[in-house]
Amino acid sequence: MARITLDNLAHSYLPRPAGPEDYALKELNYDWEDGEAYALLGASGCGKSTLLNIISGLLIPSQGRVLFDGQDVTHAPTAERNIAQVFQFPVVYDTMTVHDNLAFPLRNRGRDEAYVAERVQEIARMIGMEEMLTRRAQGLGADAKQKISLGRGMVRKDVNALLFDEPLTVIDPHMKWELRTQLKKLHHDFGHTMIYVTHDQTEALTFADKVVVMHDGRVVQIGTPDELFERPEHTFVGYFIGSPGMNILPAKIEGDRAIIDGAEIPLGRGYGPVDGKVEIGIRPEFARLSADEGLPVTLRRVEDAGRHKIIRAELFGHDINIIAGEDALIGPDMTRVSFDARRVNVYADDWRVTPVGEAA
Amino acid sequence: MQQKTVNNKAWFLVLPVLLLVAFSAVIPLMTVVNYSVQDTFGNNVFFWAGLDWFREMLSDERMWDALQRQLFFSATILAIEVPLGIFVALNMPKSGFWSSFCLVLMSLPLLIPWNVVGTIWQIFGRVDIGLLGHTLDALGIDYNYTQNPVAAWATIIVMDVWHWTSLVALLAFAGLKSIPDAYYQAAKIDQASRWKVFRYIELPKMSGVLMIAILLRFMDSFMIYTEPFVVTGGGPGNATTLLSIDLVKMALGQFDLGPAAAFSIMYFLVILLISWVFYTVMTNLDKKGV
Repeated sequence: MARITLDNLAHSYLPRPAGPEDYALKELNYDWEDGEAYALLGASGCGKSTLLNIISGLLIPSQGRVLFDGQDVTHAPTAERNIAQVFQFPVVYDTMTVHDNLAFPLRNRGRDEAYVAERVQEIARMIGMEEMLTRRAQGLGADAKQKISLGRGMVRKDVNALLFDEPLTVIDPHMKWELRTQLKKLHHDFGHTMIYVTHDQTEALTFADKVVVMHDGRVVQIGTPDELFERPEHTFVGYFIGSPGMNILPAKIEGDRAIIDGAEIPLGRGYGPVDGKVEIGIRPEFARLSADEGLPVTLRRVEDAGRHKIIRAELFGHDINIIAGEDALIGPDMTRVSFDARRVNVYADDWRVTPVGEAA
Repeated sequence: MQQKTVNNKAWFLVLPVLLLVAFSAVIPLMTVVNYSVQDTFGNNVFFWAGLDWFREMLSDERMWDALQRQLFFSATILAIEVPLGIFVALNMPKSGFWSSFCLVLMSLPLLIPWNVVGTIWQIFGRVDIGLLGHTLDALGIDYNYTQNPVAAWATIIVMDVWHWTSLVALLAFAGLKSIPDAYYQAAKIDQASRWKVFRYIELPKMSGVLMIAILLRFMDSFMIYTEPFVVTGGGPGNATTLLSIDLVKMALGQFDLGPAAAFSIMYFLVILLISWVFYTVMTNLDKKGV
């Protein structure tokens, strides 16, 4: 187990990157604390897998260093890093039995057979494949194969870190929950550093202690699920996390109020002068529809999501979503929206502006 | 088990193919069958001979000798071309300009007509003017494919390897290219050795195309005629008289139509049988995954 430090790290797949747009992974400094469970969250193609492959040594970064417990491993081969990684699509050794598949990483490291057999049994129990150990891996279904891949990743006890690259994409929903619970339990029991790449926010928020949100090759925010929800540092985080995502409205800021099309919205906190592309962000959860309070909106649609209702509306020509309780009655006369002032965030050029008096 | 609907009318859909195959294969084959059970003294007059020709051929050592030489030839070129083809494929650049370059370069021998290949090697190996023959002779090696059976065999085997290893390599390369990167990455994570990567990832993934390669090479080599004929003419003596060379000698040289027809049919059956055995054994291996 190790603390993983990324120092000045960046990567481009081009031999001679000209500008920042050529980088699949933009400059990044970060310490992955030993024994924490992280989720790397972002849309497809945002550089998540690139970052993961750099950590595991499958890719050598174009610049910067990777350190394990302070030791430079930037150019060390994968085998020396002692890392386990599970990929998006199942990788099994077709001609081997399930047992031999699970035993493969241990045997390659010269562990004795008694230990191997014991570990394989343990892992087989964990992934629920004890019955199938003597079967050949070929011809198994995609989720069985992926369970084997997961098992191979978990079979070594002494790994520095466990990396998962969207491992549950091909797995049935009910099995997903079960496996994710197993992974959490594994983390709890053995305290491995785990990095879990996903584009599914639920998966990220339930699995991880800390979520790293990536957008366009850049880490835009690292925080607990709570922080990501309450204080998205970047409009992308606001939009990507939450269902539906945060409402983003262009506005002008004057002290402790925001002005949209001449209408005032109280902000609850004061701001200094804000330049650039100025927007405010309010989560649909913190907007409230009523008949007499706030700004005028035009209702478009009400969707019943079961636990709550989602109201799609228009405010000064901008789309806006409002979440109302499951029992809330929504009548045609309810044409005004108000916001919870303390929950409104201000963004300049997509980055959150720290209000006066808040520790940065 | 699910109940399947049986509709025999579907067989009609096979008719066009059946017709085509009848004209391209069955009817010509039947004329050979026709010759094999009759005897003639010319003037288009035929007498019923029954299975006499077959009996005669089976008791004749000539066909057995040719069959032995043929089996030795096919086994040898398979034993060389398959491992060599895999080796070449493993060492080819996986992508980019050099990959295409290698592919084109390797395809070149495959594009050369058989008798041209034969002529190339015939000249190449000549002791008086051939680059290979003259060089070997100058080095003091006794090489003369027109007199020395070992030299003759070496020439036709090297020629076949030169001509056809590319096919095995190209097929193996196609098999290798279809392996997703994740397999190699996972193998690195699992700390698999180079040999294990080959044994547990590359070989199983190539097994399908390799089976096709082996079958193709076996059938082709078993029927080979032009190239060795152009180089050695079946000589020295009968040393390189393979089955088809022997057959042509019999049918066209001696005009023994009846025995040659019987020979042809048995030749055909042997190829069919060996191919079938190959196929069955290999698909079974594949299923059991030995």
